[in-house]
Amino acid sequence: MSIPITTPVLEAERLVKRFGDNQVLGGVDLAVAEHEVVVLIGASGSGKSTLLRCVSLLEELDDGTVRLDGEEVTDPRADADRLRSRFGVVFQAFNLFPHLSVLQNVTLAPRVVHGVSREEAEERAMRLLRRVGLGDRARDYPDRLSGGQQQRVAIVRALANEPRMLLLDEVTSALDPELVGEVLRLVRELKEQGTTILMATHEMAFARQVADRVCFLDAGVLCEQGPPEQVLGDPREPRTRQFLSRVIDAGRL
Amino acid sequence: MTAPAQVFPELSPAQQERLAYRRGQGRRSRLLAGTSTVVFLVVMGAVVVLSPGWDRVKEQFLDPQVAKESFPAILEGFWLNLRVLAVSAVLIVVVGLGIAAMRTLRGPVFAPLRVLATVYTDVFRGFPLIVLLYIIGFGVPGLRLQGVPTSPVVLGGLALVLTYSAYVAEVFRAGIETVHPSQRMAARSLGLTYGQSMRRVVLPQAVRRVTPPLLNDFVALQKDVGLISVLGAVDAVRAAQIEVARTYDFTPYLVAGLLFVLLAVPTVRLADWVNLRAARRQQAGGVL
Repeated sequence: MSIPITTPVLEAERLVKRFGDNQVLGGVDLAVAEHEVVVLIGASGSGKSTLLRCVSLLEELDDGTVRLDGEEVTDPRADADRLRSRFGVVFQAFNLFPHLSVLQNVTLAPRVVHGVSREEAEERAMRLLRRVGLGDRARDYPDRLSGGQQQRVAIVRALANEPRMLLLDEVTSALDPELVGEVLRLVRELKEQGTTILMATHEMAFARQVADRVCFLDAGVLCEQGPPEQVLGDPREPRTRQFLSRVIDAGRL
Repeated sequence: MTAPAQVFPELSPAQQERLAYRRGQGRRSRLLAGTSTVVFLVVMGAVVVLSPGWDRVKEQFLDPQVAKESFPAILEGFWLNLRVLAVSAVLIVVVGLGIAAMRTLRGPVFAPLRVLATVYTDVFRGFPLIVLLYIIGFGVPGLRLQGVPTSPVVLGGLALVLTYSAYVAEVFRAGIETVHPSQRMAARSLGLTYGQSMRRVVLPQAVRRVTPPLLNDFVALQKDVGLISVLGAVDAVRAAQIEVARTYDFTPYLVAGLLFVLLAVPTVRLADWVNLRAARRQQAGGVL
């Protein structure tokens, strides 16, 4: 093993997760380096979402170790609340707080968790919201926004916490096709700014353009990983080939 | 009866015919509803007015002179009811919320608190309010402890708070448990602690969801504050009782009862308005 030049931002080792008798993650190893965008692909139920949730401490692991900047996240003695706030999680169904306005959604964590003053939190939130083109919707409530707008707010809410990395869990799956573009455009911008991202997606074309590395999960096992041209263009594993051919049949590549 | 039909040039004759038919049906059912309501009221009124004892009942329950004379005393008693109501309602919400939060705590460390909260709700929901009033109202002063209040108003209010906070706690708990887990997850993903996500995300949604049943309990409480009269507090009910004894006429009871109704009506309207406003603010378009 060569001497690591830099510690990866995220390091997951032998992650195991079971729901009853059903093993959802079967020993997954994964590392994400600074500024890297890693895309998880795989069929529904292959464990992509579970992996993201376990990494960000929203689900308890049955085995394995997760490190963020070399610090063990899975240590039961660690302050789980503080560690969670260092991951920016964006959910498939947005999970915005319906009783709070857009601005309140975004400023909640900075104010409550990080003790930022209201003025400062709002100023920063407004800057972020304007950047994603939602400056004029700050006082609206989430249910008044379109799905694409809601998801952009959810991303801004995650970013307002100044997370070490973003975890995106199929952020476009609940969106109408014509709204997918606006969210993916935002993710691409974030990559260009150097954000470290681990994301699960079914958008293969997007994965090919934006990913530094594509990981194919099958039945809770990391089956194949590599640069997108290789994994998506010339997969080595038969299972990857099978999955991709089904995706192509469905017209998604 | 037939208003000029609004004709849209693009509607097909068949659709116009269907619309006209539905309008006709609507008019007919409204007419039917109106007629049956009037008939019902007339029959009910006739049964009461034509009953053999009507004249006596009218004299003993509906005497305008007695009503007028007893009104100031009853109103003064009612003012006491209002004050007890206001103080106990606030305490009930605070205690109820605390008990509900205790019951929803997770983790083995909090087991004693959970058990305590469960026992509290079981006991005080089961205990008949009137019995609790007697026990607290007469038992506590009987202890002759220094500094313990002996006023029937305070002790009656305490009994009300004990009983109602047990009910309200269960209403809150139901509300907390219906907030979708994805909301908790989103809050925790932002680094909020259990307590912070409870206070900022779960409870505000839970409270909104349980507003109708809570106001229902509030209306019930409005009437039950009248029960402190059994401890000797001179509230509206007690004042009416005194007037009844003085005049040998039951009209004061009716006066007191109507005051409680007058109190309940604006509460219910307020509840409707609050819910509607919250729904409008959060939802697209503003349905309902």
